[in-house]
Amino acid sequence: MIKLIGILIVVVGFIFKVDALLIVLVAGIVTGLLSGMNFIQILDVMGKAFVDNRSMSLFVLTLPAIALAEKHGLREQAAKLISSIKAATAGRILSLYLGIRILIGALGLRLGGHAQFVRPLVAPMVTGAVQSKYGVQEIPEDLYEDLMGYSASSENYGNFYGQNIFVAASGLLLIQGVFKEAGISVDLLTMSKYAIPIGIWCHSVRHA
Amino acid sequence: MLNTTDMLEIIYFITGLLLLAISVYTLLDKGNKARFTTALFWVLFGLTFMAPIIHLSNIVVGVFIVIMALISGLRGVKVGSNREPDVEIRNRERDKWGNSLFIPILIIPIVTFAVAQFTKLGALIGLGIASIVAILVAMVMFREGFTNTMQEGRRLTDAVGTAATLPQLLAALGAVFNAAGVGAVVASLISAVVPTQFALGTLIAYFAGMALFTIIMGNAFAAFAVITTGIGIPLVIQMHGANPAILGVLGMLAGYCGTLISPMAANFNIVPVALLGMKDNFGVIKKQAPVAIIMWVTILIFGYLILF
Repeated sequence: MIKLIGILIVVVGFIFKVDALLIVLVAGIVTGLLSGMNFIQILDVMGKAFVDNRSMSLFVLTLPAIALAEKHGLREQAAKLISSIKAATAGRILSLYLGIRILIGALGLRLGGHAQFVRPLVAPMVTGAVQSKYGVQEIPEDLYEDLMGYSASSENYGNFYGQNIFVAASGLLLIQGVFKEAGISVDLLTMSKYAIPIGIWCHSVRHA
Repeated sequence: MLNTTDMLEIIYFITGLLLLAISVYTLLDKGNKARFTTALFWVLFGLTFMAPIIHLSNIVVGVFIVIMALISGLRGVKVGSNREPDVEIRNRERDKWGNSLFIPILIIPIVTFAVAQFTKLGALIGLGIASIVAILVAMVMFREGFTNTMQEGRRLTDAVGTAATLPQLLAALGAVFNAAGVGAVVASLISAVVPTQFALGTLIAYFAGMALFTIIMGNAFAAFAVITTGIGIPLVIQMHGANPAILGVLGMLAGYCGTLISPMAANFNIVPVALLGMKDNFGVIKKQAPVAIIMWVTILIFGYLILF
């Protein structure tokens, strides 16, 4: 039970808005020490995992290109493009993006992403649609929070509930691997078929 | 000839170089009140990208992580003083460039796709190559030099801030949890309270375990092996005869419902808060919570109808 203290530290830290990096580090060190690891071993485990997971931060390399385009009016152009389409509303844009995102995942393409798509394209289109519909220049802060929250969540839904429809998705390969360890063989195609209704359902839930 | 591992290392090395360049410009930015600690933070982060090539051991990287977390905890990472041009200037630029502004942005997915589809290099190297091509195209198109490009890159990196490193740090925490056997404790706690004679009871335990442990780890993949071995296989499959393939994929999807409401899944839920300039750290999670619950219940009902 004492091993669960790291979870408690993270939860309490997040609630009281302690610096996230610091709280995660403390949780790791405390959990490690209480489980009989020494400090050097903890550094070793954390350092290895940090390096092994560099792919999570590869989006940093996309930032200069996006930033240059932003400097020259990318977000303004995305908003203008959308405001010229009368039928475009924030909800329809997000619904369309979610649909496209599920499809991309189902095709096994690892495209999309918050840095590559949501910030430069989806977010300005959504705010642009609201601005042109209500004829306002400034969007109130709480509405902006809502719009951005929905934009980011559309990316996540599409990513999560679309990717396992692809027959060679890394998630399905992992499932197969875990069952193989236990001496059970499972078929990738069966798994991918049963992910389809969930993906479709996700789109309708979001739509509602 | 380079193999894909070497290629990926070169991509990471270039990412490290970008971060080092950004920290040089941070160091020169007298408008940033914490320019020394901010620069140090990005230098250390950049070096971790280069670790295998410059022969940094895991322990050294571990020390870097500790220093980075301390800098962040002491509020030592601050946004630089370089700002975007005013909106009037951006509007004028917009009128000048029009839809060609989308070219560098669309290069990223198109080149990523092309590399992933038509070579054996995979999507990650594809993304790396695509990013570099996009940077070069944007530089030529907009006639921007190296300094301006790095300064703009710094503006966005500063906007994301320390949250950029959080996903990797949480993965490191997950590794400690694994080494400490946290998953086994969670699995045994859940199976202790489950009425195992009912198929539905075991199914709820498995899906709840997947969601719960995913919330803890911030990653359904990390939860899957532990919860499936601890609950799914002995209770749902062997005791109640569920189809492993269907159970497995639905279990994974139940785990994703946990990802949607976990601050530990920083790359999905916290990084976008920073990227989109939101105020509330939980802004994305709050929007996702109702959908996550509806999806989880749906997966449970769907699973119960199909599996038993």
